[in-house]
Amino acid sequence: MKKAALWFGLVAAITFCAGPFVWQMITSIRPESELTSLGMPSTMTFESYTGAFHGRPFGQVIINSVLVAVITTVFCLAVGASAAFALAKLDFRGRKVLLFASLAVSMFPPIATVSPLYLIIRNVGLLDNLTSLIIPYTTFALPLTLWILTGFFEDIPDELYRAARVDGCTPFQAFVKVLLPLAAPGLATTAILVFIFSWNEFLYALTFISTPEKRTIPVAISLFAGEHKEPWGEIAAASVIATLPLIVVTMFFQRKIVAGLTAGAVKG
Amino acid sequence: MVLPAVVILVVVAFYPILATMWLSMHRMILVFHEETFVGLGNYGFLLSDPRFWSALSNTAYFAAVAVAIELVLGLGFALILNAAFPGRSLLRAAILVPWAIPTVVSAKLWAWLFNPEYGLVTHLLPGHDVNWLGMPGYAMHAAILVDVWKTTPFVALLLLAGLQTIPQDIYKAAQVDGAGTIRQFFSITLPLLRNTIVVTLIFRTLDASRVFDAVYVLTEGGPANTTETLSIYAYKTLMRVGDFGYGSTLSVVTFLCVMGISVAYLKVLGVERGKGAR
Repeated sequence: MKKAALWFGLVAAITFCAGPFVWQMITSIRPESELTSLGMPSTMTFESYTGAFHGRPFGQVIINSVLVAVITTVFCLAVGASAAFALAKLDFRGRKVLLFASLAVSMFPPIATVSPLYLIIRNVGLLDNLTSLIIPYTTFALPLTLWILTGFFEDIPDELYRAARVDGCTPFQAFVKVLLPLAAPGLATTAILVFIFSWNEFLYALTFISTPEKRTIPVAISLFAGEHKEPWGEIAAASVIATLPLIVVTMFFQRKIVAGLTAGAVKG
Repeated sequence: MVLPAVVILVVVAFYPILATMWLSMHRMILVFHEETFVGLGNYGFLLSDPRFWSALSNTAYFAAVAVAIELVLGLGFALILNAAFPGRSLLRAAILVPWAIPTVVSAKLWAWLFNPEYGLVTHLLPGHDVNWLGMPGYAMHAAILVDVWKTTPFVALLLLAGLQTIPQDIYKAAQVDGAGTIRQFFSITLPLLRNTIVVTLIFRTLDASRVFDAVYVLTEGGPANTTETLSIYAYKTLMRVGDFGYGSTLSVVTFLCVMGISVAYLKVLGVERGKGAR
């Protein structure tokens, strides 16, 4: 009896979570004439996939998203790892202030920074430039980076750091040669989360970019208009393209992601 | 070594917040190149702006209902995931699917499910005539459903992490004492999960009260502004009307609401912590 209830809950949970996306995948391979029917498609076709690229710069948009997400991730790790190392292993004034400040930044609603950022970006001539996304993305993914990585560096025994110092390393050398390799799993977790954050961000991308060729995937999909009606099949195809890599990565690194997400929150 | 991080946070996060506050005290329409200091004038206007009040109450309603459902549903998922059965890690991966999907994509996906003529939801639910996204009252609940779908997995995983810190011995002892499953849930699981639940509530309430992507893509705040949240109203005022003064005022108020929620929660959490330590 209890077992039956568990299995029922299980099936319900999986259907609820995966069902809508599976439906989107089915929609993406439907022939256009069957788009409005609710049964299974009679044949499988990829015309929606070719259609998604036809007449719009969707290929370029994917490249933009990859560029923005990769560069943001690299920046975040470079800036975040060194700061997190200092926060975890070095004693300096303002340590607590910095941790608190980054926590506060993670609570900012993005809309609260849009108006001045827009004016600044316009004044330095970076509107419609991917740089105008990479800089705020790096900033707003930084708190997450600091919290995860500081935790990882704190878990590395202090003796290792001290031993490296005794052997004649400068703090920076000790960081690069000894601690950084040991924190590799933390770096990987952080990289995945920052990448997903940048891949998904919408508000800044919508505000700072106006040329269709410069857009990122979320904005492109939200503005995926057809001439007369919404091209639902093509939207479904574009959605699957934009999402499948993330789903694969998430399933593959599921444990790491959960550990990263809960690191700050549950210990919190 | 912390300098780059400090510089970035100050220049790109803290300075803009202060600048938004400064802008909010100006009359500033972008295309007219005018910029007049009006002090708290915009805030006076805000108090008498019915659209602001409706955006505020929409946001509060959205956050309260969505977070409540997510918490209950997430707890259910977490309990299922916590039970031992074959293929558990596969299930864990499956429920992460909505979390991994970009919010905009999930909004579009649901817009298709809600399509009044061909949508799956429209056909599966009784009352075929409901145009979910086009009817006031319904649209807000459709938006809440999208948020619930997207973030329940996240809630479930946080709660699951909390569940796994509860020692199994307690349950065995309770069983020996004759406590049933339901009694165990209310006397052991819930009290011991309290801190995790509070932290989860903070995270989710903060996120839900600054909601933008999901609702904007789904309904753009319509029909008749019934799904217009504070962030959406602020965005439209800034980028569509080009009114940077009043738009900034709305942004500041959104910021203050979110910060107010965090401070309130942290106070509650702090008090609880203090009690626990004693």
